[in-house]
Amino acid sequence: MSVQVRASRRRGGALAVAMLGLLAAATACSAPGSPQAQGTAGASAAPATSTASATSAAAACGTAPVTMDAYIETGFQVPNSLMAEFTKQYPNVKWNIRQDQFAVITQNAPRVLASDPPDIMRLPSISDLVKDGLLKNLDGYATAYGWDKWPSSELVQLRLGPGGRPRGEGSLYAMGLNYSMTGVFYNKKLAARIGMTSAPATLAELDQDLAKAKQAGITPIVQFNGGATGGFAFPLQDLMAAYGPPCPINDWIFNKPGATINTPANLQAAQHLAQWIKAGYFEADANAMDYPTMISRFTHNSGLFTFDGDWESGNFDKLMPGQAGFFLMPPAQAGGPHAAMSAPLTYGIAAKAKHADCAAFFLNWVATNPVARTIDVQVGGSHPLGASGASMPAIKAGTVTAQTLAAGSVIGKENGSMDFIANATGAIYASAWTPELQKLFAGKETPSGLLSTVQADYKQELGG
Amino acid sequence: MLDLSTGRHPAAREPAGARRAPRRKPGARRAARARWAGWLFVVPALGMYGLFVLRPLALTIQYSLYQWDGIGPSTWTGLGNYATVFSDPALLAIIGNAFKLIVAFSVVPVLLGLAVAVVIRRISASRLALTARTVLFLPQVIPLVAAGIAWSWLLSSTGVANQFLSAIGLGGITRAWLGDFSTALPAVGLIGAWVLVGLCTVLLMSGMTKIDPSLYEAARIDGAGLWREFTAVTLPSIRQEIAVCVTVTVIAALASFDIVYISTQGGPGEATMVPGLEIYELAFSHRQVGLASALAVVLIVLVLACVLPIQRLARKGAQ
Repeated sequence: MSVQVRASRRRGGALAVAMLGLLAAATACSAPGSPQAQGTAGASAAPATSTASATSAAAACGTAPVTMDAYIETGFQVPNSLMAEFTKQYPNVKWNIRQDQFAVITQNAPRVLASDPPDIMRLPSISDLVKDGLLKNLDGYATAYGWDKWPSSELVQLRLGPGGRPRGEGSLYAMGLNYSMTGVFYNKKLAARIGMTSAPATLAELDQDLAKAKQAGITPIVQFNGGATGGFAFPLQDLMAAYGPPCPINDWIFNKPGATINTPANLQAAQHLAQWIKAGYFEADANAMDYPTMISRFTHNSGLFTFDGDWESGNFDKLMPGQAGFFLMPPAQAGGPHAAMSAPLTYGIAAKAKHADCAAFFLNWVATNPVARTIDVQVGGSHPLGASGASMPAIKAGTVTAQTLAAGSVIGKENGSMDFIANATGAIYASAWTPELQKLFAGKETPSGLLSTVQADYKQELGG
Repeated sequence: MLDLSTGRHPAAREPAGARRAPRRKPGARRAARARWAGWLFVVPALGMYGLFVLRPLALTIQYSLYQWDGIGPSTWTGLGNYATVFSDPALLAIIGNAFKLIVAFSVVPVLLGLAVAVVIRRISASRLALTARTVLFLPQVIPLVAAGIAWSWLLSSTGVANQFLSAIGLGGITRAWLGDFSTALPAVGLIGAWVLVGLCTVLLMSGMTKIDPSLYEAARIDGAGLWREFTAVTLPSIRQEIAVCVTVTVIAALASFDIVYISTQGGPGEATMVPGLEIYELAFSHRQVGLASALAVVLIVLVLACVLPIQRLARKGAQ
């Protein structure tokens, strides 16, 4: 037996050496990171000036049949409707559409843009993509089409400095199909039960409404916080905007040097959220609730408020017609300015796209064509991009869509637009905000602990 | 390096795990030709194995030595990523979760499977045995994703589990089992145990059918009771099958991904985060391909460190 064991050991040793040899052979190459990708980083840094003057459909998309590759998000009808309408108006353009869930797009984006570049694509956080030279610089198109004359706040989030940082300034690397905005939706039927006749004008009034709902046995807030997407970031950021100005929050999201999320105003906001949690204003299973469950419960009259965005307006108008209301997060002080998370529905053109000119023409068409703008509002429920005086489609009065669009102009006037704190870095939502907010809900984290942990993670991700 | 036992180059030998053919005398030309012909049959499989197992493995080891976002240029970091894996308390806690899951994924299914297999074997003639076997094995047939979704419904705050508890007067302990910090990991473990108990039962039963009935007869003549029969005849005879069960289930625990991804995505907080899911998150969300690869290599080593002693124990026992 001992001989057998020795032989088998020798065999094992020889096999291990053979395996190592194979491994060495397979890895006997240069460091990972394709030179192609590194090469394009330089190439796309130059503005796309070549054919940016091609601002007519014939010049941009040609007259011969062309098939555009599009990579879009599942579950949102807007891009499909827009593309179908575009083909109706320009019949030589057909679409080859690939759809995935947003989480999948987030994970696939770099590889798809590098190896199978679509002409137009729904984009997650774009800093890393710009860093790797995967997105087309749109400055040339912006000048040619006059996008640079639109209100700067519409596209500011899609501007990046050289190498992808900071955000909020520099060249334009993506466009929006529309821009969405967040706030508080409420159920009118339940609001009537607690005597809430108008939207709260201050944070204190909102607190009173919450307390009344709790007393009346109504769930005050239906908010998802389960899985990998902590939905408590919505009320938290709204509270941040109630206690302080949006500018420092934007600086943090845009990775400006020295920016921090751990400010006294944000701490007050986190403490306020913790009070809401302690008071039992959220459903007990919030940490297990996903987004569709939240929507289902809200539309089935299970709660008074939900913190969400205008992309649901059309849905609410359909599922609970006349029963949903909307207001912007009220400020802490009466008469104070409003602020809201507001972001373009981001679409970009791959650096190596075959039909970049046609894609840019399409993006411009979405913002300027009256039918496209109507689709944006009626199908998407969100505000179209474009010059400030551009025509707005008619909306039925009394709908929640009308309310969210009206709220959009308030934010525009008060300059209260913020990007979402979850977009500060590629991974901060999943790695810091979500687990920390789940711990806060479970009473396992303090408000100051939450902010300092997120800030530490942020610094680590930004490499300093 | 040459293997002294045969004088052949170590690369030119049977794939791991294959039984050796009896040695032939050297110089027999026909035998040599036959041997080469044999290799031809192996080449396609070996090629696939090299391409889809060895090459990715080698690349993973290579990536683990770099800091790389998956697309752009990479920076050599040596063993820096491994230092992070072993020093980051969050990553260590995640590895710890995998070991906790061994209890639910491995210990419970093997013990339960053993008990069920013995019972089913005793009633093997009845229709109940067939039904029980089918029902227990069913989770193996259902895709894990579907099972995960079904269980997340069962365990939700309004799910069947809580309805049942409320009905029997235990409404006080109802909760969202997968959303509670203290119950999420055990709940994930429960799903894993449900999936694996059928596999263990069927494996162990197939082992029991091979036992010579005369052994039981002899034991009974010697006055052995049910328990003695089990420990003296059944258990030693199915040692190999138990080893297979333990191996498969320990690997399922340490490398778990799908059940966790579907039911909790690692939450709440990091309560149910496991290495498999963390590797995926690190590589594709955080774009830290180097660190993800290092964690993957550590996971491979951990799996081998757990599984090899089990194999050795089983072999020793058999001899």
